[in-house]
Amino acid sequence: MTDIQEDGVRRRDFITIAATGTAGVGALGAVYPLVSQMAPSADVLAESTTEVDVSAIEEGQAIKAVFRKQPLFVKRLTAEEIDAAKRDDAADMRDPQTLADRTQEGHEDILVIMGVCTHLGCVPLGAAEGESKGEYNGYFCPCHGSHYDEAGRIRKGPAPTNLEVPEYAFTSDTVIQVG
Amino acid sequence: MSFAWAKPYEPQNDLMKWIDQRLPLPRLVYDAVGAGYPTPRNLNYMWNFGSLAGFFLVLQIVTGVILAMHYAANSQVAFATTEHIMRDVNWGWLMRYAHANGASFFFIVIYLHIFRGFFYSSYKAPREMIWLLGVVIFLLMMATAFMGYVLPWGQMSFWGAKVITGLFGAIPLVGESLQVWLLGGFAPDNAALNRFFSLHFLLPFVIAGVVILHIWALHIPGSSNPTGVEVKQESDTVPFHPYYTAKDGWTLGLILVIFSLFVFFMPNMLGHPDNYIEANPLSTPALIVPEWYFYPFYAILRAFTFDFILPAKLWGVLAMFASILIWFILPWLDRSPVRSGHYRPLFRKFFWFGLIPTMLALFWLGGMPAEEPYVMLSQVFTAYYFLHFLVILPIISQIEKPEPLPFSITEGVLGKDENAVLDAKPAAAKA
Repeated sequence: MTDIQEDGVRRRDFITIAATGTAGVGALGAVYPLVSQMAPSADVLAESTTEVDVSAIEEGQAIKAVFRKQPLFVKRLTAEEIDAAKRDDAADMRDPQTLADRTQEGHEDILVIMGVCTHLGCVPLGAAEGESKGEYNGYFCPCHGSHYDEAGRIRKGPAPTNLEVPEYAFTSDTVIQVG
Repeated sequence: MSFAWAKPYEPQNDLMKWIDQRLPLPRLVYDAVGAGYPTPRNLNYMWNFGSLAGFFLVLQIVTGVILAMHYAANSQVAFATTEHIMRDVNWGWLMRYAHANGASFFFIVIYLHIFRGFFYSSYKAPREMIWLLGVVIFLLMMATAFMGYVLPWGQMSFWGAKVITGLFGAIPLVGESLQVWLLGGFAPDNAALNRFFSLHFLLPFVIAGVVILHIWALHIPGSSNPTGVEVKQESDTVPFHPYYTAKDGWTLGLILVIFSLFVFFMPNMLGHPDNYIEANPLSTPALIVPEWYFYPFYAILRAFTFDFILPAKLWGVLAMFASILIWFILPWLDRSPVRSGHYRPLFRKFFWFGLIPTMLALFWLGGMPAEEPYVMLSQVFTAYYFLHFLVILPIISQIEKPEPLPFSITEGVLGKDENAVLDAKPAAAKA
């Protein structure tokens, strides 16, 4: 047998390391699909954009759509709401953003936000008529009492950030594509 | 348990000592499949299929649990969710093909494991319990595999379910009500699909439990070996680790290569194209056959075409179940004190020229249509199958004159060499 010590390294040491290394790489390769299979499947990803026609939304009215299986609020702000939101642009906020940051140029009156409270994911009130709008005339999350203003910015309560503005674009003057 | 010279487990550091005193799980593993389990030094490759079967059980459970995350056991959507797995789920095709072919490979290694047992009489005292538990595992595997095949809800799934539950309909008096009870309806439908899914998920864990008992029972007398002579001394054994972990690892790598050939290059070769047609209760496929691993038993089922006191249908069902249940009494049918087929000239002839060709023929016949000459051939080979176990085996174990056995495993391997003792250096190098 040749597994006699030579410089302290035996032939067997090499074989052991090579074999377990190969098996280890193989095992990692096998683990990848086992993990990846839990990620969204093709049919879920195929439903990941939503189109909304905003032409029929009246001033001061909001509609609820579904974007990635979650509520999406699309609201046409009134002139007073725009003014109020702009007045507060410089106010002390947890997550400072101006109204202009949260809307698109030329469409300052269209506010597109996720109806998902950034605290723990409940649906805030305020989009539908008659619902509580909270202390800042915007949205109020009944779960843990987060108050959002007209532009969906967090003003009071536990939520860490403003209501999310998803990626969207106007595909025509009246239609937006979200996602 | 185990031999006097088995290396005791010694925790290497304080943490392992701490664990060992509270939950000696590492000790259990060390004594079961580690350096603490002395194993006959002369095991040939036929002894590798137990660990391979264990691997495939784990593979089936892992891929199966994953498939269950994406599959819905409802007759309205089962077929569609199977296609959803194939097309939409990330790596879903791999999971399903690995699971489907994994079942076939599980049966391949189990059949070789069983034939090892037949040839080397692994079922003989003191290892009867290992054998009996093994037959239980095999029966559970068959039930699990059958119910799993129903889940994709294709044509073969549906008609397989109908035919196999129809077997129970053959039982006199209660048969028909039993079949309706099993299906939860008058034909396979949502109720049957749901319960099959539930049981298909449950049974593999039952199998895993019986496997633990199987291994526990194995570790009482220790592994058998190709000479059939029991371990007498330390030089007859080598520690399981690293010797057999390395050897098992090598054959695992080998079978994974073959397995990959199937999964990646011919994933549907062992299946039936008809199962890609959604279940249709109004149309039977031209040729209904079970999965290949049930062929021998299916051939036996169909071999009975004549009424003799009992109706033919009942004979077929009885014979099919009996063909496996007969294994339960095998340790008491074969009375020869010699275990290994290597030292049993007569047994060996009947094994290689009787049992093995018969099993191969039944495998072939089970996949053939139910027409002549296949029916007649099935009858001939079914007759030999039962003759072999019930008549030939008991008789040859009485009249056979066995060849001389080596005194010990060491002698069997190295010849009569007084110095042939295994230690740090391979004994052969000394001579």
